[in-house]
Amino acid sequence: MRLALAATCIGDAMFPQAPRAVVTLLERLGHEVVFPPAQACCGQMHVNTGYLAEAVPVVQNHVRTFAPVADGEWDAVVVPSGSCTGSIRHQQAMVLERAGLRAEARTATAVAERTYELSELLVDVLGVTDVGAWFPHRVTYHPTCHSLRMLGVGDKPERLLRAVEGLELAPLAEAEGCCGFGGTFSLKNSDTSTAMLADKVANVVDTGAEVVTAGDWSCLMHIGGGLSRGGTGVRPMHLAEILASTRESPVVPGAGQAVAR
Amino acid sequence: MTDARTEILSRIRTALGSDAPGPTAAGVVPREYRSAGEHAPGSDVVLALLVDRLEDYKAHVHQVPAADLPGLLADLLGRSAKSQVIGSSDYRSPDVLPTTRESATQESAGRGAVVVPAGLDPAWLSAADVDVHTDSRDAPMSAAELDQVDAVVTAARVAAAETGTIVLDGEPDQGRRAISLVPDVHVCMVRTDQVMQTVPEAVRLLGAEPARPLTWISGPSATSDIELERVEGVHGPRTLHVVLVS
Amino acid sequence: MSTFLGMPAAREGAGPSPQAAPGTLSGIGRPEDPLHWGASFPDAAKAALENGQLRRNLGKATSTIRTKRARVVGEVPDWEALRDAGSAVKTDVLARLPELLEELERNVTARGGVVHWARDAVEANRIVADLVRAKGADEVVKVKSMATQEIGLNEALAEEGIAAVETDLAELIVQLADDMPSHILVPAIHRNRTEIRDIFLERMADAPPDLTDVPRELAMAARSHLRRKFLSAKVAISGANFAVADTGTLAVVESEGNGRMCLTLPETLITVMGIEKLIPTFDDLEVFLQLLPRSSTGERMNPYTSMWTGVTPGDGPQEFHLVLLDNGRTKVLADEAGRSALHCIRCSACLNVCPVYERVGGHAYGSVYPGPIGAILTPQLTGEKSDLPYASTLCGACYEVCPVKIDIPSILVELRAREVSLSGASPETADRVWKAAMKAASFAMADGGRFRRAARVPRLLRAISRNGVIRRLPFPGSLWTRSRDLMEPPQQTFHDWWAEREERR
Repeated sequence: MRLALAATCIGDAMFPQAPRAVVTLLERLGHEVVFPPAQACCGQMHVNTGYLAEAVPVVQNHVRTFAPVADGEWDAVVVPSGSCTGSIRHQQAMVLERAGLRAEARTATAVAERTYELSELLVDVLGVTDVGAWFPHRVTYHPTCHSLRMLGVGDKPERLLRAVEGLELAPLAEAEGCCGFGGTFSLKNSDTSTAMLADKVANVVDTGAEVVTAGDWSCLMHIGGGLSRGGTGVRPMHLAEILASTRESPVVPGAGQAVAR
Repeated sequence: MTDARTEILSRIRTALGSDAPGPTAAGVVPREYRSAGEHAPGSDVVLALLVDRLEDYKAHVHQVPAADLPGLLADLLGRSAKSQVIGSSDYRSPDVLPTTRESATQESAGRGAVVVPAGLDPAWLSAADVDVHTDSRDAPMSAAELDQVDAVVTAARVAAAETGTIVLDGEPDQGRRAISLVPDVHVCMVRTDQVMQTVPEAVRLLGAEPARPLTWISGPSATSDIELERVEGVHGPRTLHVVLVS
Repeated sequence: MSTFLGMPAAREGAGPSPQAAPGTLSGIGRPEDPLHWGASFPDAAKAALENGQLRRNLGKATSTIRTKRARVVGEVPDWEALRDAGSAVKTDVLARLPELLEELERNVTARGGVVHWARDAVEANRIVADLVRAKGADEVVKVKSMATQEIGLNEALAEEGIAAVETDLAELIVQLADDMPSHILVPAIHRNRTEIRDIFLERMADAPPDLTDVPRELAMAARSHLRRKFLSAKVAISGANFAVADTGTLAVVESEGNGRMCLTLPETLITVMGIEKLIPTFDDLEVFLQLLPRSSTGERMNPYTSMWTGVTPGDGPQEFHLVLLDNGRTKVLADEAGRSALHCIRCSACLNVCPVYERVGGHAYGSVYPGPIGAILTPQLTGEKSDLPYASTLCGACYEVCPVKIDIPSILVELRAREVSLSGASPETADRVWKAAMKAASFAMADGGRFRRAARVPRLLRAISRNGVIRRLPFPGSLWTRSRDLMEPPQQTFHDWWAEREERR
């Protein structure tokens, strides 16, 4: 298939190891990956903070950039993020609709219908759960709120992880509890956010895992920041990074970013 | 200055504005939920379900043929009338719900007192060794008088098995709402053919006479207000006996 | 001292209200405005987070009820279909609200009830006080009711010399402690058994001196305390869970039997009900009587539900008054996006699953409506600027459990947009900084080329990183780094990596 990658703004600027891993993984599975360079951001940050007017040009740029998928130029758009996919599916058309941009809202809907979060793409569209990965480490999985509840990815990420050779999946207590990131919530309500993070970090540490993984780098940035501040040594890694790892080219935990030691 | 009614209605119409529906645009409600159970009223499965739910609520359930009713009631009412009387601090037992007059302070020497609605079949209490008070809308007992009574016996209108619920509708065999509320023991007779599987079946039956005062009862009174730990028995009857009569 | 009855408590304005210190019995007092009191949400939350006892009480209680709810909802095969129906019924109610209210009024009146209309809290309180006075009563018994909490009825009655006795166990605890409810269903959820025992011993005149903190004993003490009041009360006041337009039937859903006592024994009953509590037909009860108990207390059915239609001669109250309350509801109705907040049946499931509520408790929200539903309903009812729409991570747990499918996260986003427009001309530095940052980000993120350049900026932070992380940033970055590290930004953005790769090909 020809797949267009939406790297996400945070992935692009802060955690490029995740979109790079998506490229590695999908090419290994025999697909062609395209990166439309006009892309920037899906607009979620602006929408969720209430800046709907400021979100409009951002959303317009995203829709314009990925509109070819609606014409069959690509088979699908893949996004290594549950929350960005959620925003694309549930917010973009609304933002354009409110701005009176009916035609663009229709295009946004058409693009959204062909846009998939990574685990959805692999399991539902490409029909694979065993992607031939090798990652000999103890890992725990945090289901991010938006992938879980906005998208309903269910157990797809865990199925992908269980199929990884050498990987030991450690169950996470209170897994479905929010880590407290919530975008600007982490700043506006820093104390409450921190209290939520402390519980998440404690639960992650209790698993004895070397690595905590998720489908969203934004939440991982938060959990990872807490794990690092606590000097726990547990590394955050995106699901894509683990799935990209093979015996031939193994990914080392934390290779993408250093963690305080 | 407009009156409140006019102003509120006008505020609502303004708020709805152009969204106000035309006469036919009232929302269509999808009713894909179960409007009836898969089991017939009074069937063994349904009865078993009701018993299970009621016992989960800590209600006592008895299943008897009609002929055995007087004996069972004599037994139940005798037991409640002779049980230990509680004083202000004698409520420590975690498992036993006290079942007698609150105002008394010593061992009940006399016979127990039971209130029944005027329309209850008198034969049912024929074997019980208790003082029977009859209550009706025309000759009601006061709240204070009801407070001196040990137990109440009523019939019921309908039951919903899935939720362990019994509904009284105030007809002559069920009586005024107060009589099944103030006494500490409620013995409720339910005919097996009155037991429906689901809530919708019960609601639709009650809907034939919706203006009757309805009391839905699912077990003895309870509270979860302290640390969300359920405690059975607060202001309403602390003991509920449900008698399923075939 | 005798119980706190009819003594107007010290009023707090909307300014900072005293936090109840941990380990003290006294609550936070009764605020002037039940929909807006105390410190800002972030500050009130911070204070609550520092109260370890409160966090333990809340954590234990919410996890208990979450488990119960999940179990009883899980056994209903048609749960989602019931939610769909419940939501659609409520949408229909709002669309036809004027006709349905008039229909309800006709039916209640035809059955001997009297219907009153109240535009706001002051008017509703006036109506109730006049009715009570006309009966010559100086004490009334009350069924737990959010509507009367919302309008501050007890305080208004106290000013008229009328003592309102809360008869729900948790409301009684809150009232005795001169406190505010912190939960829609379990108003004293912030208290544990020991605190409750101490409140009873200190403030309930007839509490047994050897009272222990066993919940059963505490409940029995409340039973004894209230029994005489029930048997002698002349007037009762209640709220309503449902009002059926096509029959005029009112319904109150409860557990303890205090509701039945109030709705049955007194001669006069006054019910205060928000205008949105309607359902069109009697049959619609079949939906809500399944949705509410399981969502609310996590029971298949609550112990008692009472339904009455006007006055039944010879049975129950012989005088019935229904007060229909607006108090901001028409403001909510006017907002197409936020309107569905009026679907709420006050089950409180959203509070019990909310990770924010679970940690900060109800008082942090500064309203009788706390938690996720409070975060949307309170600002909509008051129409004032509020920080409550930001008191959420938008995790979506509330929407998932809401029995009438209120999309709370989406409404929160809508309300944030409203806050942004309200703060458009705000001189406050914080507002201006946010606005400028969002404008700049919007410009950078609306174009691939501009974004590619902007995405390189974080690299500059590598200069201050140590061992791959940044531990301290100046404000506003300090809001992050005070409790979390920031991972060092990459040497190369994805955009640049891809471009290089393409060149190599």
